[in-house]
Parts: sequence; C-alpha cells; structure tokens
Amino acid sequence: MNILNIIKISYRSLGRNKLRSFLTMLGIIIGVAAVIAMLAIGQGASNAVKQQIAGLGTNMLIVFPFASTQGGVHFQAGTTSRLTQSDATAIQEQCPAVEYVTPIVRVVTQVIAGTQNWRTIVFGAYPNYEEIRNWPVQSGSYFTDSDERDAAKVCLLGQTVAENLFGAGTVPIGETIQIRNLPFKIIGVLAPKGQNANGDDQDDIVVAPFSTVQQKLAGTIYANAIFASAISSSAVSTASDEITQLLRDRHKLTSGAPNDFTVRTQTEIASTADATTKTMTLLLASIAGISLIVGGIGIMNIMLVSVTERTREIGIRMAVGARGSDVLTQFLIEALSLSFAGGIIGIVLGVLSSQFVSNIQKWPIVISPESIVLAFIFAAAIGIFFGWYPARKAANLNPIEALRYE
Amino acid sequence: MADPIISVKHLVKIYKMGDFEVHALRGISLEINPREFVAIMGASGSGKSTFMNIVGCLDIPTSGEYLLDGIDISKMDRDELARLRNKKLGFVFQSFNLLSRTTALENVELPLLYSNSRSAAQRREKAMEALNAVGLADRAGHYSNQLSGGQQQRVAIARSLVNDPVVILADEPTGNLDTRTSVEVMEIFQKLNERGITVVLVTHELDIARFAGKNVLFKDGKISRIAMVEDRKIASEELPKIPVLEDEMES
Repeated sequence: MNILNIIKISYRSLGRNKLRSFLTMLGIIIGVAAVIAMLAIGQGASNAVKQQIAGLGTNMLIVFPFASTQGGVHFQAGTTSRLTQSDATAIQEQCPAVEYVTPIVRVVTQVIAGTQNWRTIVFGAYPNYEEIRNWPVQSGSYFTDSDERDAAKVCLLGQTVAENLFGAGTVPIGETIQIRNLPFKIIGVLAPKGQNANGDDQDDIVVAPFSTVQQKLAGTIYANAIFASAISSSAVSTASDEITQLLRDRHKLTSGAPNDFTVRTQTEIASTADATTKTMTLLLASIAGISLIVGGIGIMNIMLVSVTERTREIGIRMAVGARGSDVLTQFLIEALSLSFAGGIIGIVLGVLSSQFVSNIQKWPIVISPESIVLAFIFAAAIGIFFGWYPARKAANLNPIEALRYE
Repeated sequence: MADPIISVKHLVKIYKMGDFEVHALRGISLEINPREFVAIMGASGSGKSTFMNIVGCLDIPTSGEYLLDGIDISKMDRDELARLRNKKLGFVFQSFNLLSRTTALENVELPLLYSNSRSAAQRREKAMEALNAVGLADRAGHYSNQLSGGQQQRVAIARSLVNDPVVILADEPTGNLDTRTSVEVMEIFQKLNERGITVVLVTHELDIARFAGKNVLFKDGKISRIAMVEDRKIASEELPKIPVLEDEMES
C-alpha cells in the first residue's frame, strides 16, 4: 500500500473533523507555546540574575599583604606589608587573565564638612576602581587619570557619608570637605551599594585618587591591598594563579617559603549564582515538560475516543481491503500531523507571547533556537508515543465486530 | 462449465463463548459458479451471516475447505485476507456503511486507495464509471448524509464494484429500504448480474429472494434446501407495478 495514499486518507479524515482536530491540537499548542515562553522568559531572567550578580563584582580579586594562616599559626607574624604600586603595575602588565588592577591605600579618619563630621574610611584607588568594583557614580563623575597623576585633592562620597555630612537628598557636588586638615573637592557621589556579605555598610566610604591618599594622607610608599578584576568570571582562578606566581617571583620567595600575601576571590558567590541559575532552569523546564505531557495525554485521549467513535469506519476500511498496518499507519499519521501542526502553531504562539510579556513587563527574553528545536522534537515524540497505543488498538480491531459496532 | 468462484466443503465454524461452544456452521458444502445470482435465506441464527463472513474473508472457518476463485483461504493471515477482500470481493451491507462527511465519489474511491496500482486520475475515472453504473454520476460530489437511503445503498454498490471483484456479497441490502427502493436496488443487482458479475445475497425476505436465480435455505447451521427460482421476478418489470408513495396518497 502506497504511503502517499495513507497520508491522503489521514488528511481527509482530519479534515472531516476540523473542530475535533483543532481541540486535539490545542493541548500540544499550549504545551509547546508554554515550553518556548517559559524557556525564553526563564533564560532572560537567569541572564538578568547573572548580570546582577556580576554587578556585585564576582570577577574581583583582592590581594592582601599578609601571610596565610595554616593550622591556626600565623606565618611571618608581624612582618610589614610589602605590596607596592609597582606590584600592581606588574600585575597589569604581566597577567593576561587580569583586566583591571588598582593598588589600594586605606586611611580611617574623621571627615569634616562645615559643622558636621563623620568617621569613615578613605580609599585611595585608580579611576578604574569604578570598573573593578562595578560601582558607578549616582551623580557627578569619577576622577581621571590626570587627577591621579597630579595627586589632585578631589573625592567621591559614598551614600552614607554624603547623607551624614550634607543630609539626605542633597547633591553636594562642588562642596569641599576637610580630611586631616586638607580640603578635598567633592566631584561625585557613588551609587548606593548596600551591605556586603559581612554585613558592613559599603556606602560608608570616601574614594580619592591613590596618589593623593598615599602621599598626603597615609604617608607611605606601600599599598594596603591590590584590587584586580579578571577578564571573566570563569577566568578568576586563572587570574589568581597568575597573580600568586608573579608576586612570589617579585617578592623573591623560595619555592618552599609561604606566600607573604593572600589572594581572595569571590568564587562562592559565583558558584551560588551558578547553582541558582541551574535550579531556576530546571524548575522552568519541568513545568514546561509537564504541560507538554498533559498535551500528549490529551492527544491520546482524543485518539482513543476517536478509535471507539470510528470503530465502524475502521471496519469499513478493513472490509474494503485495509490491512492492520494500513489502519495503524493512518492513525499514527493523524496523531503525528496533529502534534506537528500543533508544534508549529505552538512555536509561533510561544514566541509571540514571550515577546508580549517582554514588552509589557520590560522583562528581557532570550529565545534560543535550541529551545524551539527541543520543543518541536518533544512534540513529535509525544505524537508518536501517545498516538501509538490508540493506533495499535484500531489496527487490532476485528473487522466483523467493527462493522457491527453501533 | 467453468470452475466455481466459491467452493466450500464441510465448512464448520464454532464460536467459543466462555465454557460452552456455539456451533454456527455444522458442515456446509456449496458451490457458486460465475454469473450466478444466489440468495441465501434463513431465519436469524441459522448461520447465514457466519457463512457470509467466511465467504467474505472477514473470518476463517474452524474446519473445512474454502476456495475463492481457486485460492485456499483457510490458512491465510489477516493481511493476506485483507488483500483478497480488496482484490476479489465487493461488500454491500444492510446499513450502507458509507463514510460519513465524505462525498459519494470519495466513498467509491476507498477500495482503490488501498490497492497500489492506480494514479489519482485513474482512481477518479474508475470511481465515476462505477457511480455511472448505479446511475448516480450526478451525485458524485454529494456528501453521504445528503443522500437518501436508496442512493446511499447505490453508492455502496458502486464502491463494491469499483475494484472489479469476482463476486459481490450483499448482506441484507434491502433491510433498511422501503419496498420500491428495494426493488430499485435489486434492479441494479440484476443488471450487474447480466453484465456477468456474480452476486451472493443474504436476505430473509422471500420477495427479495425471488429476484435471484437460485435460493439456498439455511437452517441450524446446515443447508436445508437448494432450489432454482422458477418464477423469477425481473425488477425492471416489477417497478412500474409498484405505485410511488405520493401517487397512492393522492388517489
């Protein structure tokens, strides 16, 4: 028997029952559309989460000038910091996995504005502190490389400092504050950052050029720390290894000697972010999978009802010479066509509805071609899987009983 | 004389209903020759339907021999029986058994769809030919539910013809029709028979059986009598005698 004829027979019979065919398809349409939309919205959401977590500065590495502790014993206890600005320059030049580097010098001191004063930390850093911490200004602007070169007395205030010195809601750009009796011009206010993982208020800070703080406030030739950022979150451990090796060489440590510095990364945050994203994807995929299976059961349900309802038709077909395999193929093709057509309509509907959601909710969506292929293959597989049993049942009908069926 | 189209010997069919057995056929032997028009008669439960199912290759006998056009079908599987039904047999049923929501033409085409050989155009031509033979060429595009009972049965006859079967098996073809339409249907069978097609008809109506050339009477799973019809009725002559219902009402 010619397969083209069977396809023709299947299509005629689907066409004879347009409403039933459509209702059967509806399950798959909704299932596939749900898969596409869920994956698009979910992927968009997880990308947004990733970006936000990257915003926390998971690429960041911090080099502290202290020895590691092993078994509770501090090695080289009491040795002074030997991290320098030139260490930072060397890291910038020689570590390919590192994007930005700045030496940091910290001074804890009183800052005074008119009659108000506040005790805070003054950070000295390069202008690339903005990129390393992923910390833009809320108003005003960062200091520049020439401010750094000239040791200009300019500074940025954290939200907490700005509020305590000038009151909430004011923009103190252009004002001057006194730090250790030196006037610093305020050129910007940092965006609020909130607490860090330790519960410390990160907005309680003043940031000024490294050279200014080092020379005019701290009076040291060393740096308290070096902040760096890796080129990507996956390059953090490579960057850490490169920095460790470079600093060991520069500090002329013999192979057995312990490090006189510590490199800290935020891989925990990164791995938490990763786990969160995976959980979210799994959750969405399982919801979408369930809706597809429900759609498939819908197809099976209708096909089973249809076999019963069409028992006499099957009997007629068998009487005029249809073999069991012809009937089986016909019903399978019907189920497959329904799930294929449903799959295509579902994909269109899914893309449209996720775009709709993205327009209404301003939610970023990502429609990956993989999700479309996946949904389609799944729909086809469900068509075969759930179409098989009713088709088998139809093919095994006894023609005499089928013809007598009322 | 030519070899018989249908030849059965000692045909036995036993249905098992749980613990006890129903002997539907208790040894039937019968030969039907080409161009014959045979009416099989009998009361309900006499085994005539079982006999037709076996002759129609829808069922296989428990024992005995059945040769259809010289082919032994008793050892055949489901698929081989299906092919045989498609190539050698045409069925006409009491309840017409047309596909619903399907045009007359598509209904007639159906057996051709299950045999390989023809193109779509050839199928259409063949189906139109068959519809023409039953006088319904002008109704080809009508859906089966738009046709009267008599017309539906004629479409069914066209469908049974379309594959050039060696024999047409009609199971109570007039059972659902009024007297006049019944005679019209018998007229078609007689015409087809004159053209050389073998017809086997099951009926319990004596009137209808008299349109056939030979009557076979079944009783309790056996043949109780075979007789040639002596005063055979010719449908085309009978028709004018039957008043159209409307005319009768008016007079």
